[in-house]
Amino acid sequence: MHELGIANSILDGVAKEIERRPGSRPTKVGVRIGELAGVDPDALRFAFEALTAETDLAQLQLDIEFRAPQARCRDCSREYEIHSYELICPACQSPNGQCISGDELEFAYLEVEDNEPCAAGRKSPE
Amino acid sequence: MNRVPLEGKVLNENARVAAELRERFRANRVLVVNLISSPGSGKTTLLEKTLENLPTAEHVAVLTGDLQTENDANRLKRYGFPVKQIVTGGTCHLDARMIEKHIADWDLAKLDLLIIENVGNLVCPSSYDLGEAAKIVLLSVTEGEDKPLKYPSIFFKSELMVLTKTDLLPYVPFDIQEAVENARRVHPEMEMLRVSCLTGNGLHDWLNWLEGRKRAFLAEVAETVA
Repeated sequence: MHELGIANSILDGVAKEIERRPGSRPTKVGVRIGELAGVDPDALRFAFEALTAETDLAQLQLDIEFRAPQARCRDCSREYEIHSYELICPACQSPNGQCISGDELEFAYLEVEDNEPCAAGRKSPE
Repeated sequence: MNRVPLEGKVLNENARVAAELRERFRANRVLVVNLISSPGSGKTTLLEKTLENLPTAEHVAVLTGDLQTENDANRLKRYGFPVKQIVTGGTCHLDARMIEKHIADWDLAKLDLLIIENVGNLVCPSSYDLGEAAKIVLLSVTEGEDKPLKYPSIFFKSELMVLTKTDLLPYVPFDIQEAVENARRVHPEMEMLRVSCLTGNGLHDWLNWLEGRKRAFLAEVAETVA
């Protein structure tokens, strides 16, 4: 149920970026979420839609890249994706994999439309 | 249409406050641990036994989080250490801002250990950094052995797993080996302890773990200062 707060933080991030680009309109925001971040993508989409519905941002889409955790083999240094917590190196079969990512919850990109000219007299971003 | 890269964490406001807290805890040499589990796994009972067995000269403080009531703080205040209840009023986790607010009138320089008891929930607390040095997850033997696989995030992020209520093992069909294996699949390096707060079995190991972790933390702080 903390996905509502996370959706709100995503919208804060979008608002901040739009502040730096006066006149532009956000159309899509991309985020990267690791499987180990403890965030459910469907619940996040639901919360995001609930927050944006019937607002200026109703058209804003959310693009979630849900990522499998990555491991690095301690024996041969190969990096590989972990599925179902299987820490066996696909190259050398060593079980000594170390998980190196999987709990990320970060912004990736923002798509904007720059169809409106900058409002005159508006402060330019620093 | 124009695509621009966006950087940073989604929860960057929480991350910023947590980083500030971590810096303050390090500057004041306070080891902070964040206890997380499902409701009813025995966080408060483990804390009671911990406070009961610590010398009163020990400089320990406790923050305990719940959706409602001051019950846990009242249970824990009996031991004479500073305790504060964080009532979240419905929020399912603690965040860094709540910690910052509730430690405001404590002199951190006088503390060695701060134990945070998070809201009973295996999901949401795992997403919020509180500036702690270590997350600790509790799993009671009345829960399923597959909890680490169902809620991997918190088991992945915790340094230690404490299996609680082990006195019930003869009466419940809990396969301890399977639980340990499941936890190791998610987090191979995680440390494990078994504790019964009823019989006191394993309590000594837990207190030793805290003591050892405190030493390791102080050594780490001394190294970065030097």
